[in-house]
Amino acid sequence: MGSEKISVMVTSDKREQLQMAAMVASVGAVSGNDVTVFLSMNSLSFFVKGADKPATAEGPMGTLIEEKNAPDFKELFQQAVEYGDAKIFPCSMAVDILGLGQDDLEEYISEPLGLTSFLSDASEGQVWHF
Amino acid sequence: MHQKVKSGISNSRKNTVERKLVDAKNTFCPGPLMELIGQMKLAAVGDELEILSTDKGSANDIPEWIHKVGHELLDSFEEDGVWHLIVKKAK
Repeated sequence: MGSEKISVMVTSDKREQLQMAAMVASVGAVSGNDVTVFLSMNSLSFFVKGADKPATAEGPMGTLIEEKNAPDFKELFQQAVEYGDAKIFPCSMAVDILGLGQDDLEEYISEPLGLTSFLSDASEGQVWHF
Repeated sequence: MHQKVKSGISNSRKNTVERKLVDAKNTFCPGPLMELIGQMKLAAVGDELEILSTDKGSANDIPEWIHKVGHELLDSFEEDGVWHLIVKKAK
């Protein structure tokens, strides 16, 4: 079975972008690839425990995703971790700017990671950005 | 919603393995795949699962995953807009 390194950087707060990132991470991870997700900028606040603000749609597809019962992007990220051993790291800068502690983030999120480490980790294999 | 059904209703293989039904109708890619994987984790090697999907993309994509990961696709067919994929957990 071919296993690859897949690195996914997520910075958007738009539903379509978050959905696509979650799809790449979850399907990639359950297909035997080594998946690392890096959450920064406007994406991180969705992963704070108790956050219930829905992601805004950037176009008609984002509205349809919600209306038609597509899987929730947070659930897909969690399944990427639970079913496919993906690692999801919050960007340490974004964590600091938002003033978050480790306990503030969902349980399936790993400890904060710096950009230097992420770039080093992502230097081989596929890199995706959403 | 999952229930045990006797194998052999929808394919010609003769066996007495219990088949678990995974109803993933009315969700979209990759929902049906994730539901299947969740149930595969709980299944034993040799178990059969039948996944139901109304999403055509998933009906095409799930066999690809089965082959990549090394399980066995026993049967697949469409009936009244619902795709049925029958998978045997091989490892």
